[in-house]
Amino acid sequence: MMIDAAAVLPVMLAAFLASTVEVVEAFTIVLAVGLTQGWRPALVGAFLALVALAAIVVVLAPLLAFIPLAALQFAIGALLILFGLRWLRKAILRAAGLLPLHDEARAFAKQTDALKHRAHSQRAGMLAGFTSFNAVLLEGVEVVFIVLAVGATRGMTLYAAAGAAAAVVLVTIVGLAVHRPLAKIPENALKFVVGLMLTAFGVFWVGEGLGAEWPGGDLSLVGILVVLIALSAAAVQRLRPLRRASLKVVK
Amino acid sequence: MKALRKALDELVHLFVDDGSLAAFTVVLIVLVLGAVKVVDVPPLYGALALLVGVLAILAESLSRAAKGARK
Repeated sequence: MMIDAAAVLPVMLAAFLASTVEVVEAFTIVLAVGLTQGWRPALVGAFLALVALAAIVVVLAPLLAFIPLAALQFAIGALLILFGLRWLRKAILRAAGLLPLHDEARAFAKQTDALKHRAHSQRAGMLAGFTSFNAVLLEGVEVVFIVLAVGATRGMTLYAAAGAAAAVVLVTIVGLAVHRPLAKIPENALKFVVGLMLTAFGVFWVGEGLGAEWPGGDLSLVGILVVLIALSAAAVQRLRPLRRASLKVVK
Repeated sequence: MKALRKALDELVHLFVDDGSLAAFTVVLIVLVLGAVKVVDVPPLYGALALLVGVLAILAESLSRAAKGARK
């Protein structure tokens, strides 16, 4: 079977970039648990969360096959617009300096502090494992949504999953090599790109779900993306002068 | 029960950050759906209206955030 690279690449890229952001955030917390409470609760918690995520995929993915394609495109497109706009809005405000950037090193320090305070508790190991489980599950649910959303409507779930898996492998290898939070990843730039891509996918698929025949077919996705980029760039330029002198760095 | 509520909160938070932005977006999508399915507006016009509406909603949300920053 011929692979349509023009259709596959945006799906894989969107899943890879979005998953990179989520995996970096989960990795920070698992690393904090591992370094302060030991690797056993950190890895057991992360493993159990991965099992739970796999169960969610195993249950949800086959159910999607029963939904008529147009309804699936419409519903997933609508969710992608909501999800993408949320990321895009935040990324624009961060790029303009109106919202503080997410600081992975600070998040790591905060998590480490919290874990150290609980270190003498009798349930310290269990709480550490739960912290790791929680982080991987919550960030992982976002990854699962993105993989199913960008992949399901065109039967490209496997390609989207491959993009997400590449992000997991890459972040894990780099993270284990440097043995500290991946603070240098340009997280806001990634979120900006992903917000743009997911919103564009969302508009495109809602349109397809409504029965619209986009001029140029899949290529109109690029047109939607260009319009979104133009508005976002203009918004950043317009908002920059309002940048606050001092900002608290919080998520 | 607390864990379930937290999980639901997190699920909602996946899609909703600025409540007005999410609400306007849902209303826009429902209006476009109604226009295409009930009023028989051509689907492509509906899809283009959706794109314009999404841009307007994003601009409104950013404008509101900017006003908040000025205060």
